[in-house]
Amino acid sequence: MADRPAHNYKGFLGWVEDRFPMMETWNYHLAQYYAPKNFNFWYFFGSLAILVLVIQIVSGLFLAFNYKPDAAYAFASVEYIMRDVPGGWFIRYMHSTGASAFFIVVYLHMYRALIYGSYKGKRELIWLIGMAIYVVLMATAFMGYLLPWGQMSYWGAQVIINLFNTVPYVGNELSTWIRGDFVLGDATLNRFFALHFFLPALILPALVFVHIVALHAVGSNNPDGVEIKQGPKGNMWSPTAPTDGIPFHPYYTVKDIVGVAVFLFFFFAIVFFSPEMGGYFIEKPNFEPANALKTPLHIAPVWYFTPFYTVLRAVPDPWYGTLAMFSAIIVLFLLPWLDQNPIKSWRYRTLAHKANLIIFALVFIVLGWMGVETVTPVYKELGTRMTEIYFLFFIVIWVHSRPATVNYLLWFGLLLGLVVGIDLWRYNGEVKDEAHQILVQFIWPLAYLAITLLLPAFVSKWNMEKPVPDRVTD
Amino acid sequence: MKKLLAGIVLSTAALFSQVLLASGDTVPLDKANIDVHNQESVIRGAKYFVNYCMGCHSVAFSRYNRLAADTGLTDKQVQENLIFTSGKDGEMSKVGDNMVNAMRPDDVEEGFGAAPPDLSLTGRLRGGDWIYSYLKAFYVDPTRPMGVNNTVFPNVGMPHVLWELQGWQKLEKNCTPAAGGEQGKAAADGAHAEAPHCTEHLVNMKPGKISGPEYNQIVRDITAFLVYVSEPAQLHRKTIGIFVLLFMVLFGVVAYFLKKEYWKDVH
Amino acid sequence: MANSGVDKSRRRFLIAATSVVGGAGTVALATPFLTSMSPSARALAAGAPVEYGLGKVEAGQQVRVKWRGKPVWVVNRTPEMVKGLASLNDRLKDPDSNILTQQPEYAKNLYRSRKEQYLVLVGICTHLGCSPSYRPEVAPADLGADWIGGWYCPCHGSRFDLAGRVYKNVPAGSNLEVPPYYFKDDSTIVIGLNDAKEAV
Repeated sequence: MADRPAHNYKGFLGWVEDRFPMMETWNYHLAQYYAPKNFNFWYFFGSLAILVLVIQIVSGLFLAFNYKPDAAYAFASVEYIMRDVPGGWFIRYMHSTGASAFFIVVYLHMYRALIYGSYKGKRELIWLIGMAIYVVLMATAFMGYLLPWGQMSYWGAQVIINLFNTVPYVGNELSTWIRGDFVLGDATLNRFFALHFFLPALILPALVFVHIVALHAVGSNNPDGVEIKQGPKGNMWSPTAPTDGIPFHPYYTVKDIVGVAVFLFFFFAIVFFSPEMGGYFIEKPNFEPANALKTPLHIAPVWYFTPFYTVLRAVPDPWYGTLAMFSAIIVLFLLPWLDQNPIKSWRYRTLAHKANLIIFALVFIVLGWMGVETVTPVYKELGTRMTEIYFLFFIVIWVHSRPATVNYLLWFGLLLGLVVGIDLWRYNGEVKDEAHQILVQFIWPLAYLAITLLLPAFVSKWNMEKPVPDRVTD
Repeated sequence: MKKLLAGIVLSTAALFSQVLLASGDTVPLDKANIDVHNQESVIRGAKYFVNYCMGCHSVAFSRYNRLAADTGLTDKQVQENLIFTSGKDGEMSKVGDNMVNAMRPDDVEEGFGAAPPDLSLTGRLRGGDWIYSYLKAFYVDPTRPMGVNNTVFPNVGMPHVLWELQGWQKLEKNCTPAAGGEQGKAAADGAHAEAPHCTEHLVNMKPGKISGPEYNQIVRDITAFLVYVSEPAQLHRKTIGIFVLLFMVLFGVVAYFLKKEYWKDVH
Repeated sequence: MANSGVDKSRRRFLIAATSVVGGAGTVALATPFLTSMSPSARALAAGAPVEYGLGKVEAGQQVRVKWRGKPVWVVNRTPEMVKGLASLNDRLKDPDSNILTQQPEYAKNLYRSRKEQYLVLVGICTHLGCSPSYRPEVAPADLGADWIGGWYCPCHGSRFDLAGRVYKNVPAGSNLEVPPYYFKDDSTIVIGLNDAKEAV
């Protein structure tokens, strides 16, 4: 085992440092961690995610002081918190708003990685750990949503757990095992409460820790996608540090504090002025206690799940729908191996690639929107088409890996053929409405493939990569 | 690039605007125009509630003394004017007790087909406009067990408790095109179009003890009470919020200057 | 380290300003969290005054009434029990109830009660909070020949007489607490209030 680096700390600090690497850790991760100096708006969301995690853990702890994970008392205990516990409503709204804020922050954080290629250059593990955090986060949010034991809690959980029913052969046993009962009930609520406490309090912080350890070992990416460690050395703080790097502390800590202030402004604006957020953060049917005999007329998952809910509904067969939904998440894990283009940042990639990323964001939003709407033939088909584009994106991003040599026309033909093939398979002229919609909304995948694969084939401007600078710009 | 984006946005918007028009087949509701900060209105609403509604419905999550504190009444005033119920032990409820009625839900279920729901959260579940419209939308319907039906809540099991005040209404189908305008004293509330040329609306057939506007005010007060009681925190939430947001602006400004000062090193 | 153009006092000021504002915000934010741990409206409602009918208490008997979740004893003392109190004074730590926090003004007397016959006490030992047992019998084998009735705490052996006064040489330091109470009428007491004026 290597010796620890010598230090010059005196007094108490020195006494501690001899026995515990306190300042060593501080320096390694903050004061002498050199981050690229050109971070922009998108780089706030990492630290904000940690802030929201802290908000959720603390507010969750104080809610747990008064919450009762018992089907007979859960609903009443939430109202007890809202009315009888001093300051309880504030803590509860912090927690319910924090859940949605978490996903807003994390989605933006993930999109940042997408546009600047932050999963490239030995950063695959950072991305994978981040995805694990995202999955744990979704599981936590799902279980937490059951706890108020309102109608939406109950029927939302009922539907999601019944997805496991669709698994061939063992489906029934599996969903029964998850519920701990033949119906969703007290046993389910009790274990969901335990897991909702365990996952975020122990698993999430551990994953966040390794996420950051991996990041600080490799070094941060930046909007230019330039590796500052490969650039010149020496700056005003250290002769050996990258010239384009600045110490995380104090420069990014003071910057992140500004980000925290702006974020908290909007966060508290929702907490105090619109905690229900028009029924998207707290859904109205949840003001009615869970009733196993009566389903609300319109049930929709909370907004952060709705994109995947739409994917689920896009596939008529329940088991394949479930598979599609989980695939939509799993395919995100593969991103570092799908996008093989050596250029990281979209700043220097082709226009076609930029368009691909922007369309992906729009498609994700439309998928989310479709998930809260009741199914009409138009919405159903729109959801299906957006699902197709969602998955096509991951093939197209792979095609875009080698813009100079790839045969765009071949891929356009192949992928369009795939879409048409699926259409032919599902087309049924007898159901007029749906058949009509299949024809009309064929425009979406066609336009998508035309923009991302035909334009770069015929318009050279759309297939032009720009030279990546040696140093970060700005 | 920009053209492309604009194209996508426009075509998307065009498609969805058609779609949105197709949905939304709900009963139009009257605007309740309540003000939960109007303490007199909430107090009157609470009085009507304990007199007319609490025989069957509870607002079990609320306490009498919370109502007192939020409406500026003393505990004594609440004890004397608003508490007519007894708790499980058979003794008269105290100011610290929850606003629960003495009727056992099981007994009531026999009589009405369903247990009368607790109304603590109805203001949040359905909203003030719904409560307001619902209480004005009872009409005589001999086919129903209680002899009344409701345009806002079709086939409701509840009787028209306030009939003495409002009188009786009946549902009239009008198949002349473009019927509209006020229906006089009988509020046309909850009337909704079923076929393109037919309208249904409520007309008064037997006036009650008080006038239409007076009845509307009573219903508005009850609504104000129920909306207040669905979230007592709403009385203070926004006031605190303004100070919190002002503080965040202050903090943001100070933090911004700190950031600017340090980043002089970098730029 | 830093370059020479740095205005250090400005930085120090801004750090201090941000810390002060941020600290104030953190304190403000912590307040609702910490107050949420204090008694809720339900706990306060459970602390409301309790009425008790004395007709249910037979002579020499102790009953337990729940007030604020605590046991409150109501004892119907016989004339013999009352008579014995004065004889104990030199065996007690605070025979004249000089520790004023242990009883309201109207109970600072030999009987530690509004009426000689009825004693009202919070049934919690002033040592470490156990609830002592009522031992009205005279000279039981385990408490000794000079025992003329009182309370014995099973936890650490503290002894109290029939006015709740603590004996010398026991762990408890002060007399048992007398809660606020008043007689609504001859046969009804209200525990938790000093007089009818405080009532709702």
